Amino acid sequence: MTEGRDRKTLLPISRRTALMGLAGTAGALSMPWIARAQAETIRIGFPTPLTGPFAAEANDQVRSAELAVKLANDKGGIGGRKVELLVRDDKLNAGEAATRTLELIEKDKVHAVVGALSSAVQLAVNEVTRARNMLYVSISQSDTINEIKDFSSYTFHEALNPTMTTAVVAKHTFQKGSKIVFLAADYAYGHEMLRGFKRAAEAIGAETVGEILHPFGAPDYSTFIPTILSLQADILCICNFGRDQANSIKQAVEFGVKDQMKIVVPVLLHNQRLAVDADVFEGVIGGANYYWGLEETVPSAKTFNDAFRGLYQNAVPTDYGAYGYTGVASLLMAIEQAGGTEPQKVIAAMEALKYDVAKGEQYYRKCDHQSVQSVLVLESKGKADMASEADLFKILANEPASESVLRSCSELGFTN
Amino acid sequence: MSVVKTAELAPAAPRARLAGFLSAASRWRVPLSILALCVLPWILPSQALAVNVLIYGLVAVGYNLLFGYTGLLSFGHAAFFGAGAYATGIAIGTYGVNWFLAMLIGVLTAGILSVVMGVLAIRTRGIYFSMVTLALSQLVYYAALQASSWTGGENGLRGFTVSRLTFPGGVSVDFLDPVVKYYAIMVVVALALWFVSRVLNSPFGAVVEAVRENETRARACGYNVERTKLLAFVLSGVLCGLAGTLSALHLSIVPLDSLHYHTSGLIVMMTLLGGAGSFFGPFIGALAFLSMEDVFSLWTANWQLIVGVIFILFVLYLPRGIWGTLLSWGNNR
Amino acid sequence: MTFQLIAMQLFSGLALGAVLIMVALGLSIIFGMLGIVNFAHGALFMVGAYAGLYIAGLTGSFWWALLLAPVLIGMFGMLIERFLIRPLYGRSPDDPLLLTFGLGYVLVEAVRIFFGTDGIPFSTPAALRGVVHLGFGVFPIYRIFVIGVVVAVLVCLWIGLEKTKFGLIVRAGSADPLIMRVLGVDISRLWLVVFGIGVGITALGGVLAAPMRNVSPEMGSLVLAEAFVVTVIGGMGSLPGAVIAGLVVGVSVSMTSLFAPEMATIVMFALMALILLVRPNGLYGRPAAGL
Repeated sequence: MTEGRDRKTLLPISRRTALMGLAGTAGALSMPWIARAQAETIRIGFPTPLTGPFAAEANDQVRSAELAVKLANDKGGIGGRKVELLVRDDKLNAGEAATRTLELIEKDKVHAVVGALSSAVQLAVNEVTRARNMLYVSISQSDTINEIKDFSSYTFHEALNPTMTTAVVAKHTFQKGSKIVFLAADYAYGHEMLRGFKRAAEAIGAETVGEILHPFGAPDYSTFIPTILSLQADILCICNFGRDQANSIKQAVEFGVKDQMKIVVPVLLHNQRLAVDADVFEGVIGGANYYWGLEETVPSAKTFNDAFRGLYQNAVPTDYGAYGYTGVASLLMAIEQAGGTEPQKVIAAMEALKYDVAKGEQYYRKCDHQSVQSVLVLESKGKADMASEADLFKILANEPASESVLRSCSELGFTN
Repeated sequence: MSVVKTAELAPAAPRARLAGFLSAASRWRVPLSILALCVLPWILPSQALAVNVLIYGLVAVGYNLLFGYTGLLSFGHAAFFGAGAYATGIAIGTYGVNWFLAMLIGVLTAGILSVVMGVLAIRTRGIYFSMVTLALSQLVYYAALQASSWTGGENGLRGFTVSRLTFPGGVSVDFLDPVVKYYAIMVVVALALWFVSRVLNSPFGAVVEAVRENETRARACGYNVERTKLLAFVLSGVLCGLAGTLSALHLSIVPLDSLHYHTSGLIVMMTLLGGAGSFFGPFIGALAFLSMEDVFSLWTANWQLIVGVIFILFVLYLPRGIWGTLLSWGNNR
Repeated sequence: MTFQLIAMQLFSGLALGAVLIMVALGLSIIFGMLGIVNFAHGALFMVGAYAGLYIAGLTGSFWWALLLAPVLIGMFGMLIERFLIRPLYGRSPDDPLLLTFGLGYVLVEAVRIFFGTDGIPFSTPAALRGVVHLGFGVFPIYRIFVIGVVVAVLVCLWIGLEKTKFGLIVRAGSADPLIMRVLGVDISRLWLVVFGIGVGITALGGVLAAPMRNVSPEMGSLVLAEAFVVTVIGGMGSLPGAVIAGLVVGVSVSMTSLFAPEMATIVMFALMALILLVRPNGLYGRPAAGL
């Protein structure tokens, strides 16, 4: 029964005590604010195609990126702040990627975005981030993002681009007087690869005897191969990606193309090689950003591989997977050197950065923020030559980092 | 008059209340929709998702005009969605047109395309109609892929970000702000919904449903069935095109996939899930589908399995969709 | 542009046509006999290829895979008909189309879960490797084998439909199911078997395609488009139509590849649109059921 209670007994606390308590609470409540501001987690958005045909590559990238984050956090974080990776599924769809990026920026309040596998997705993410002054490190192999149309000071491109890979691969396979027939997928990336190769061929003095475009995603190449065979070329240069690469090589080999000419591709893809027999791919030469076999010659590769093996039960990183690591690691290094996540400072730090995390020294060129790095030339091994299940390729060359294989700043439209 | 008989005939009390609610909802459908849309961004996990619900809800409502109300299963409506988006993007990016005019251009382009496709497709019936619309929209897809200097090809269209919406009189709003963007787009969608409601309530709306129920009879009653179908086709194409223009403004990109038949299939799924042939249904379908997708893809990369199974279950047991089933419970059919 | 090149291109067009026929047969049978558009067709093709992969892995022999995979997947098809499609008879003809559309997604994801998302190697059987010299060029032996199998399947189908009692019942059942019921034929069981046969042939196509194309969960989606184009051009439900359409499309794509290879896929769809506008029911088709 409360009716008869005295008013005073309902307020057992005295006014002074209440005021002190209020002040104390206010003080206590504000402490986490100050503490939180000092130790705020660094959030990095990571869109990647977890659904779809490149799920394996995407998962490799996530694992590598998480390794980079873990190594940073194990050292006590970046400037005392923990790093958090927010992985999102972009479903290999540019529209989805744009939505996920909007969510990462608006809802999750990330400090930077790293990622994307397909060119369309990277450009979509870039369009959203650059309008909102958000840092973006793209790890998709594409020429388009270097061009001035898509560029912004917040855009960085850590991956190789077709110009680089084709120039280096051509240097090691084309010779003066070689006759080359090109089979290219009829879409932006295919055209970029074709353009790069033709440019290199001209410089070397090789002759283009044929240029065949195939529909992007075509499953059957039997209608193109008779023409290829009839041209009596020395080299068949196949400019496509993903399943197209696997299918076209498989069918060309079926028709006996390898007996007549060498097969060269701009990028020798780890997962596509696994999708096809070792003997079908045997002898095919192509470029790559990374191969675990580098550990024999490059110390940072060994460090990277060992860290990866330690975390993931003796697995080794793949080519695309390595991008997850190098992309995030270079960004974290820049944030550390900038002393925080303030975008202008990080941009300045990125532009000044020299980093060696997996394959030798790399740096970002100032005009287009392209990471200048080494390019590998690989040859696929036949089953008989493979020392282990993971021993897929032979490293023919590790071309050192050089701006000479990039398109010049003015060619890309930059005037500075 | 026997009291017992009347009691037997009267529906059970809760169902009567539901029926009453539903019939009131039907009368006030536009204001109610707008009310629901106003609160949407606060209920959903993100504003970007809420805007997508608006856009795809509009697409589904437009598509429903053809599928649910006229009874024609088209598999090619992605072509209109994409055409509207591309036209708007190109107008702003290449020609520097202001956002309002660009939207008009987008809607007009989708309209013209739908007239062309409609004239060609209406000649066929049943399954062939679906196949023709599929083939024609794939042609549009490949054309856009080839015309890459205009459309960006595989890379999609970029470079037309609208950061402020300016109105005559000097007023401008920050379009990059997620909440402002949502309500700006909501205004357009609300107007479109009002338009659809008027169309469905008009005599044309009744003819369209008559054609769906029994084409021969409608013809016998003197209605020009071909013209009705074509008009319904074009109206639904225009609405999908409008949604496309909004999508272009929202995402600042136009992906090539927006023209692919997968997108058409998505539109069909959403409409069916929500309830074809009802006003609210498609919107609810879009909301349900996009939310499911958002939530499930956080749990597993195999979310398509769950969505596919749910869709199959709906076709088997709830063919009227979520809203349609609710409606039929209310009406005690 | 030598004569040899053109002859070679024509021949590879015919070979491609054979593959297209294989791919379209199952779709055409199911539509012709049951009036259902099976949107899961591409997915079932892919499931057939994976079944072949699995059996070849278990038994070490391509031939067992070729024999058993179609049977297994055909039986799976019968399960689909019995439990998913049969409840839809009597409802709108769009419903089976929509259901199979959803089923396609489910099958692709299920395969991704069980077999992973990567492409899996499937080598050409040793006996069929290498090329044969045709006078005007070389051609893989395996593709000639595929042509052979397609011809054999077509002959069996023709004999089955035209010369057996079962075939008679099937043809009658597709012409007028109501009368057949009145005559005491269990039409549901008939449709069950026909659906199974259609799916089985599709799966056979998948196993045959596996050594040529990559075995991956997405391999069905372009197949679906190809199958639709061929079936619609030939006329839905007409087997002679499917054969002729397959050859026409194969040769068209092949000859286009000679002059403008990047237009090869567009040509397929353009042909389809063109033929439908001139002959709305395809070359040999009859008007859609349900109208």
